Amino acid sequence: MKASISTLGILHPPLARPGRARRFGVLPGFGLSMGFTVFYLSLIVLIPLSTLFFKSATLDWETFWTAVTAPRVLASYRLTFGAALLAALVNLVAGLAVAWTLVRYEFPGKKIVDALVDLPFALPTAVAGIALTALYASNGWMGRWLEPLGIKVAYTPLGVVVALIFIGLPFVVRTVQPVLEDAERELEEAAASLGASRLQTFLKVLLPTILPALLTGFALAFARAVGEYGSVVFIAGNMPMVSEITPLLIITKLEQYDYAGAASIALVMLLLSFVLLLFINLLQWWQARRGLGKNL
Amino acid sequence: MAGLLGRTLGVAVLAMAAAVSPVAAQQKQTLLNVSYDPTRELYKDLDKAFAAEYKKKAGVDLTIRQSHGGSGAQARSVIDGLDADVVTLALAYDIDALHARGNLLPADWQKRLPQNSSPYTSTIVFLVRKGNPKGIKDWGDLIKPGVSVITPNPKTSGGARWNYLAAWAYALKQPGGSEAKAREFIAELFKHVPVLDSGARGATTTFVERGQGDVLLAWENEALLSLKELGPDKFDIVAPSLSILCEPPVAVVDKNVDKKGTRQAAQAYLEYLYTKDAQEIIARNYYRPRNPEVAAKYASAFPKVNLITIDDVFGGWQKAQKTHFEDGGTFDQLYQPGKR
Repeated sequence: MKASISTLGILHPPLARPGRARRFGVLPGFGLSMGFTVFYLSLIVLIPLSTLFFKSATLDWETFWTAVTAPRVLASYRLTFGAALLAALVNLVAGLAVAWTLVRYEFPGKKIVDALVDLPFALPTAVAGIALTALYASNGWMGRWLEPLGIKVAYTPLGVVVALIFIGLPFVVRTVQPVLEDAERELEEAAASLGASRLQTFLKVLLPTILPALLTGFALAFARAVGEYGSVVFIAGNMPMVSEITPLLIITKLEQYDYAGAASIALVMLLLSFVLLLFINLLQWWQARRGLGKNL
Repeated sequence: MAGLLGRTLGVAVLAMAAAVSPVAAQQKQTLLNVSYDPTRELYKDLDKAFAAEYKKKAGVDLTIRQSHGGSGAQARSVIDGLDADVVTLALAYDIDALHARGNLLPADWQKRLPQNSSPYTSTIVFLVRKGNPKGIKDWGDLIKPGVSVITPNPKTSGGARWNYLAAWAYALKQPGGSEAKAREFIAELFKHVPVLDSGARGATTTFVERGQGDVLLAWENEALLSLKELGPDKFDIVAPSLSILCEPPVAVVDKNVDKKGTRQAAQAYLEYLYTKDAQEIIARNYYRPRNPEVAAKYASAFPKVNLITIDDVFGGWQKAQKTHFEDGGTFDQLYQPGKR
């Protein structure tokens, strides 16, 4: 009984019964669990975030608009969201490769490699930033080889991307890994025996299975990167218009006791992130439906 | 029997002491000193010495807790409710904020202790690589081609604001100097800055550990400390012809001490900073002492620099902050697109 409940819980409703309206009566405890969810989300997410609205609301529209659209602020949005997207894209590909290796192959030291993936989760971000800067500065282990080639990493926007790749990697690996483990290898073998090329097998058989997980990993890595402050400030160089991230501008505003201005920029960041995450979720939903339509 | 007598006597003495000094009734007290970043080592020494003295004088076991961080961030914590008994910050502007935004102390706080409530001072000097390969002698050399300068972001670092104002004052005081000339000099100077760290310690790390830049604009106490800790064989200190007198002020946070009943200890603590003993400790930690006697004794430890004050040249912190560091101020104008 217990097992069947948890299995039901894991299945996404649209996956389980496409096109059929979900009736609430099947599982008991909806009112209680929904109540708890709303209460908990309000306490932990909505109430703290709503203070942003109240703080920004102390500004009139014009001041608010000037604060959030100053050229320096606009440049920082471009860097923050651009670098976060780029880093999440890199992690999408690299994370899949790492997850694939960990799931499909046996090799000595696999457990250790597996544990290494989580390190960026555990490391204080400031430590990560300082370590990366030490590596990529012109006198660092990597920097001293890259600089003669004309590649500057530390104190440039590229450094921001490097830091964001570092902190985002575990998100993709950890979301894709379990799905890949559950994917039936027989399906791929069947595809191959039916004459599908390797690329076809990957694109038509494997990818649809893991795409939702990949998108989730991508979204998580992206969201984490947008909000990242600790590691980036050390490696970015923080030059206005060039390598200044939005969270740093927020700190700058706070430093002037401009709480409302800081909240305004934070609010814009939040809304942008929300729209992007919503878009990714929609993409995932659309993909899941499309995949089902084809298979059924 | 003897034990009992001793105990009775002891109680009697205690009761008398309690009657004489109201403080002695509460034998234990804790002070929280909220300070800025580079004073970590300084206050470790001062707290130890003062706690010993206060025990002798007032019979109170005093524990002094320290909190360090960026000056502005520390002030914000106190405004938001961190129960600091005293604040010892990098600039008067940040303590002004305690009055303006939290009404935690009166507006005239800086008049309550001698010498602008600053028991020690410092200034801004240059830290250069050993042998001074770029031949940097004065502010003017910083804008020579090929020289790269490390200084933190004045918007986020108190120390960086002192750097900025010192450079501005230098340009202003040159023959034919004017507001426009100063603006030009600063604009040129910041074109030579490749990295803007968010705090003074960060900038020191960038210069010292990462090997970035030819010269670091630094607090004199930080520069002397780096020299001592990293070995004099790696860096030299260059004193420019003119610099700014940095007065990191201290203040009792009235609202908090009245609530906690620690005013007496807090006041004694800050007054202690002006005593000869404390001034010695201050000098040994590379801050410039105020006491003339101690200053004379340690004169050789500090380079001779012609010092201007923020009140003389900039009309005080409130004005300087508004003109230079607020959004849209002279610093922001440097980085406006199309104007570089």
